[in-house]
Amino acid sequence: MPWVLLILLVAIVLWGISAYNALIALKGQTINAWKQIDVQLKRRHDLIPNLVNAVKGAMEFERETLEAVIEARNQAVKVQADALPTGGVKALAQAEATLSSALSRLSVVVERYPDLKATGNVGQLQEELTSTENRVAFSRQLYNDTATSYNVKQQQFPWNLVAGLARAEVVELWEIEEPGDRDVPQVDLSMKPKA
Amino acid sequence: MSATNLFEQQRHNRRRSTLLVALFVLFFAWIGFGADLIFYLQTVNGDPGAYVHRIPLAGLASTALALGMAWFSWRRGPKQILWASGAWELVEPSRPEEQQLVNVVEEMAIASGLPRPSIWIVRDDDPNAFATGTSERDAHVAVTEGLLAALSRDQLQAVIAHEMSHIRNHDVKLMTLLAALVGVLALISEGTWRTMRFGARAGGRGGRGGGKKGGGLVLVLIVVWLISVLLAPLISRILALAVSRKREYLADATAAQFTRNPGALAEALEKIEHAAGATKAIKRGSAHLCIADPLGRRVSQRQGRVADLLATHPPMAVRIARLRRMAYQFEHTGVLPEDL
Repeated sequence: MPWVLLILLVAIVLWGISAYNALIALKGQTINAWKQIDVQLKRRHDLIPNLVNAVKGAMEFERETLEAVIEARNQAVKVQADALPTGGVKALAQAEATLSSALSRLSVVVERYPDLKATGNVGQLQEELTSTENRVAFSRQLYNDTATSYNVKQQQFPWNLVAGLARAEVVELWEIEEPGDRDVPQVDLSMKPKA
Repeated sequence: MSATNLFEQQRHNRRRSTLLVALFVLFFAWIGFGADLIFYLQTVNGDPGAYVHRIPLAGLASTALALGMAWFSWRRGPKQILWASGAWELVEPSRPEEQQLVNVVEEMAIASGLPRPSIWIVRDDDPNAFATGTSERDAHVAVTEGLLAALSRDQLQAVIAHEMSHIRNHDVKLMTLLAALVGVLALISEGTWRTMRFGARAGGRGGRGGGKKGGGLVLVLIVVWLISVLLAPLISRILALAVSRKREYLADATAAQFTRNPGALAEALEKIEHAAGATKAIKRGSAHLCIADPLGRRVSQRQGRVADLLATHPPMAVRIARLRRMAYQFEHTGVLPEDL
């Protein structure tokens, strides 16, 4: 009889170790995916001043659009500084969404100036911007997928028994809640100089 | 594709790679030792004092050769294939299309969670693309100049996603090995055909002194030996094709998971299909690596037994239809189906 108990105990301990390791591995992947987002956001934030400088001269009367971009960018930089998977993801997602819509408004405006696109490096910068937007989107996708499996695993029985031991915490997903953010940005195509 | 499916697929591919190499070495052992056996049977009953072939030199040599070639293909296969297609590595992008290609590959590396593969450009005006490599860390993606010229950004992204799926599913190693080993077999078999034709012409005079010594067994052995040498490339090619077709559907599905845009891949495939010419830079032996059959064969449009046996790729129309259905479902339900 004691043998049976001993074997059972060993089996439980072994399972516990493997479950613990599985959770730690998932946690590592989640943190990694988060770092990837961080890198891509930084890339995006660094790119914006260049873009604004390149188009500024030719778009004097689009000041409003440019200022909106710069302001959204600065706000996003501030929020990013203290965002972690366990807190602040929502706020960052919000700030980045605002920046995204400001940027797409700018892109539409740039399209109205064929000369601007042809001269200088604006075309190049636009490709960079598209790529950066995609990188942000794809790293977000990867993060959400990894974070979801991490969240599900640590709450499932029997993994939840070792979740405390592995210091697993539910992480926030990158989601945009405001329905307005999914709308197509409204663009004024009247070509009237803004007051 | 869920994680378990992925690991299943990766394990499956690893097993197949090992099996492939084992078969290759065994085949060469048979060619070598078979020849030794035939020679031995022919000389063992000869005149006393004449040479008797007792040490299987040919068998040892061919087995060693096969081991060497398998090792070489395992290690150097990707470089060999890239070299054969005349591709050059894109390190410093100078033109806007090149910059876009680099960006798209980096984006897809992020989406798939893989390290960035090295990027190669093939000088060919027919749109096509392939991936090769031995592991996730040593992976290469090659596209033709025609592809860069023909596709929009989203379509290019879809094609790259398809190639990255082959890397992530560990298809590349198996497919590269196949390409390298199939190439070697084809070379040897061709050599044998030529020797035989030459031998038939020269065989009229001289000869071996008749069949009185060996008898039926030797004759059977010779026939089996010759048939296996001559048919090996055909069988290995059919094997290569069978291996690659299923993988194309899977890679299409995984690509859609990466880009969340199955429609773009369908459009890209349509464009590639319409170009329909042959990608001359890509040799027959590595056809199964490409996103679309580089030989421009019409079989890729039909479905049927013979077409199924000979095509390196599933019919384009079926792939496009499946992707379109996926795109439709995604658009209307917001959920991407796991499989095609």
